Amino acid sequence: MSDPADLTIKAAGDAMRAGELTSLDLTEAALERARITESHLHAFLTLDQAGAKEAAAAADAALAAGEDAGPLHGIPIALKDNMCTKGIETTASSQILSGWIPPYNATVVDRLSAAGAVVVGKTNLDEFAMGSSTENSAYGTTRNPWDTDTVPGGSSGGSAAAVAAGSALGAFGSDTGGSIRQPASLCGVVGMKPTYGLVSRYGLIAFASSLDQIGPFARSVEDAAVLLEAVAGFDIHDATSIRGDVPNIRGSLSEGVAGLKVGIVTELSTTGIDPEVREAVVQTVNELSDAGAEVVDVSLPSCEYGLSAYYLIAPAECSANLARFDGVRYGLRAAGSTTEEMMAATRAEGFGPEVIRRILLGTYALSAGYYDAFYGQAQRVRTLIRREFAAAYEDVDVLVAPTSPTTAFPIGERTADPIAMYYADVCTIPMNLTGDPGISVPVGLDSKGLPIGFQVMAPALGEERLFQVAKAVEDIAGFTARAALATSEVVQP
Amino acid sequence: MTDYEAVIGIETHVELMTDSKMFCGCPVDFGEAPNTTTCPVCLGLPGAMPVPNAEAMEGILKIGTALDCEVAEISYFHRKNYFYPDLPKNYQISQYDVPICHDGSIAIDVGGEPTRIGITRVHMEEDTGKSIHMGGGGRIHDAEYSLLDFNRSGVPLVEIVTEPDIRSAEQARAYGAELQRIVRTLGVSDARLEEGSMRFDANISVRPADDPVLGTRAEIKNVNSLRSLQRAVAFEIDRQIELIESGGTVVQETRHWNEETGKTTSMRSKEESEDYRYFQEPDLVPIEVSAEWRDAVMAALPELPAARRSRYQGLGVDARVAGVLVEADELGALFEEAMAAGGDPRLIGNWLSGEAVAWSRAENTAVGASPLSAQHLVDLAAMVADSTLSASAAKQVLGGVLGGEGSPAEVAEARDLVQISDSGVIEAAVDEVLVAHPDAVEGIRGGDMKPIGFLVGQVMRSTGGKADPKQVQQLIRDKTAG
Ligand SMILES: [Zn+2]
Repeated sequence: MSDPADLTIKAAGDAMRAGELTSLDLTEAALERARITESHLHAFLTLDQAGAKEAAAAADAALAAGEDAGPLHGIPIALKDNMCTKGIETTASSQILSGWIPPYNATVVDRLSAAGAVVVGKTNLDEFAMGSSTENSAYGTTRNPWDTDTVPGGSSGGSAAAVAAGSALGAFGSDTGGSIRQPASLCGVVGMKPTYGLVSRYGLIAFASSLDQIGPFARSVEDAAVLLEAVAGFDIHDATSIRGDVPNIRGSLSEGVAGLKVGIVTELSTTGIDPEVREAVVQTVNELSDAGAEVVDVSLPSCEYGLSAYYLIAPAECSANLARFDGVRYGLRAAGSTTEEMMAATRAEGFGPEVIRRILLGTYALSAGYYDAFYGQAQRVRTLIRREFAAAYEDVDVLVAPTSPTTAFPIGERTADPIAMYYADVCTIPMNLTGDPGISVPVGLDSKGLPIGFQVMAPALGEERLFQVAKAVEDIAGFTARAALATSEVVQP
Repeated sequence: MTDYEAVIGIETHVELMTDSKMFCGCPVDFGEAPNTTTCPVCLGLPGAMPVPNAEAMEGILKIGTALDCEVAEISYFHRKNYFYPDLPKNYQISQYDVPICHDGSIAIDVGGEPTRIGITRVHMEEDTGKSIHMGGGGRIHDAEYSLLDFNRSGVPLVEIVTEPDIRSAEQARAYGAELQRIVRTLGVSDARLEEGSMRFDANISVRPADDPVLGTRAEIKNVNSLRSLQRAVAFEIDRQIELIESGGTVVQETRHWNEETGKTTSMRSKEESEDYRYFQEPDLVPIEVSAEWRDAVMAALPELPAARRSRYQGLGVDARVAGVLVEADELGALFEEAMAAGGDPRLIGNWLSGEAVAWSRAENTAVGASPLSAQHLVDLAAMVADSTLSASAAKQVLGGVLGGEGSPAEVAEARDLVQISDSGVIEAAVDEVLVAHPDAVEGIRGGDMKPIGFLVGQVMRSTGGKADPKQVQQLIRDKTAG
């Protein structure tokens, strides 16, 4: 057997149940991979070696006693550091939360614990999930395991890099404008944003509440489905979580695409898309057609305004969500001679430039006299985009497009140009505005050897169909390449 | 001098006494040590999310329905953004353009002039924590340090806003008192002004009586009794009139009522007022009130003070007495119980609002703490009805019962107040008086009826007040006739 750190969740689970592998072996393999790769990657902010080993040993003991918590039993996973973990520092990569230890667990953390998963650590992100490259972290940039001179994407870059490198078999991130799908695309792994409300946000440090959604990273579509199943479903602590039945996520996983109608979104697949990415997407679509899908072009003209609407709605919500970081009760407190001065100094010192930019933008967009022209108008665009997607799904089963307009770009290339950076999310943002699910599946490498992601989109609660098509894409693409850093000889000096 | 008219609107905050807070499971309990009834949600910790409390929604629906409001089928929560250390998220979850209840009214009556005060809106929000500023003048800006207690943070708060329909300090007080009675009758809050579970802010402007244009208004805060509400409004009306009369102009500002000095002072002018940047709360879904829910709340509404007063008046009780009975819980309860036992409404109502209240004031003791029971009142009224006691003797007996001397029968007996029912005894007393006053008898026989009163008085004196004066008068008439 190869290094257990390179196994899929499915394969590791089978090996554990066959008595060929223990959770402790698996967890130690993942931690060893992290030890080797972290100095190059910096995917993690916190590695909980002791806690992980303890949880792994407990999982082994439980399995030996016949208590099998399901497919995640004993599986080492990583969590983006914007999910509250009781007793483990949680910073959202911000200086303002330096040293903050939550007194409670996010609902997903409790659910993962109940599912027997082993948390190896907390992963790096763009501060408060604001960014597309993980360069906005107050604790250093994460690098792409395929090429450490490039970014892993963001904001969940740490989770994507950890899974690509083998430091965890799966991970969770949050996706507000593409923050799971885009780094998954850039790191050559599967990343999925569920339907808004399918996974509880309770305990996720909010960026933009109406857009944020937690979802999985994995090395296979099936693994992503398994991870989602463990955390999906109504939560009494999240008033926006969906009541009622969870979709049958793995129900049609191996049914293929024969007879399905697939729409390729013109506006997300042509202008501004790197030719190599476009070509890979077209090729995949052709192969879907060969596999029996009916492929049509779908025009969604309002998508053009998605980026603008997003960059008003998300900052507006964040301007309120981040107001609580004021130095009064937790986290950083800077000196000031009055309460207002203390609050202002704390925020000026504690927030990075991108966070400050978005708070200012959002505050402005909500101000009296500007609200209607900015926030109000953005909400109208959002409604328009929702209607266009809903109308499209009356005709097609799923929509497809590239996940990211480009493959991984060099570190530092876009940090001076926020608009260029924002453009990295142009293909993923519409699903956050509509609340519909989307998934990125790696389909190939460009001429630089960097992975290309293919995005599948489905209507709200259409996860069953989404995973069905994603699995077909995975099978067609036959993507087996591994990140350079996931092969140990590369990391030896 | 010009005649001025005051235009007043009142905003009232009422804390609901629900089992748990508005958006989390923490208890609503003000007796606990600071910062003990808190959780990630009401402390505004990163990642925590609000979940609306159905009991609080029921509470606000009761208030809105009692105030005759329209109920919105769908309404929304908004975030009201401002920075303050006792506001843990630095935004308050409130309602903005679509409140849950709107367009209602309250009827008040000041000096026999019934008026309807329009209710603009009734909306749901969450309370803030409490700041205690130490040192300096007790305000945040000059304090040495401040203490924060988040036990109150997230307590359900209902805001009730009137139309600018109030015209005097007396009406302002009457409105506040009636609203307090309604809220207490509904059982949704103890509505205690001194403890802050009910708080008033008054918006006041004045204008020449015939001018349709509203004057510039000032808002008064920190009013924590009905008496202060009346005093503060009266002071502010006078201040504004004097200011205008002396050539000044009223500025739009927030003013602080100082109970000790009896004056309002400027807190901050509206130019510095904040832009709250309201937007719809994305962590909550719209509030939907079904017709069934609304109807169920309406059907379960208790009898409201106005309806109760008019029911009492229907029983023959005067308006003033009905008001007193509805105002004071213990008197109202005794009255209701006495009515259920078949007591005389008018007599019992008068005793409770008159003698019982006077006794309570004199003794500085609540009527409810005295031995007086509803059955005592019923028995006492029966003794008046069957002439066992005169009306004045009954009042004396009531005093004795309140003072713990025993049941009405025992007090009447002990104080020797029972009327003489033996007609032979009374007749003998009458004969004795007639014999002693032949001139008076002669006068009556001659057609001068004036001495009758004198003779009745003589008989009452000789019987120690225990004869029935009507019976005595009849006997004198009979015996002097022909
Ligand atoms: Zn709480």
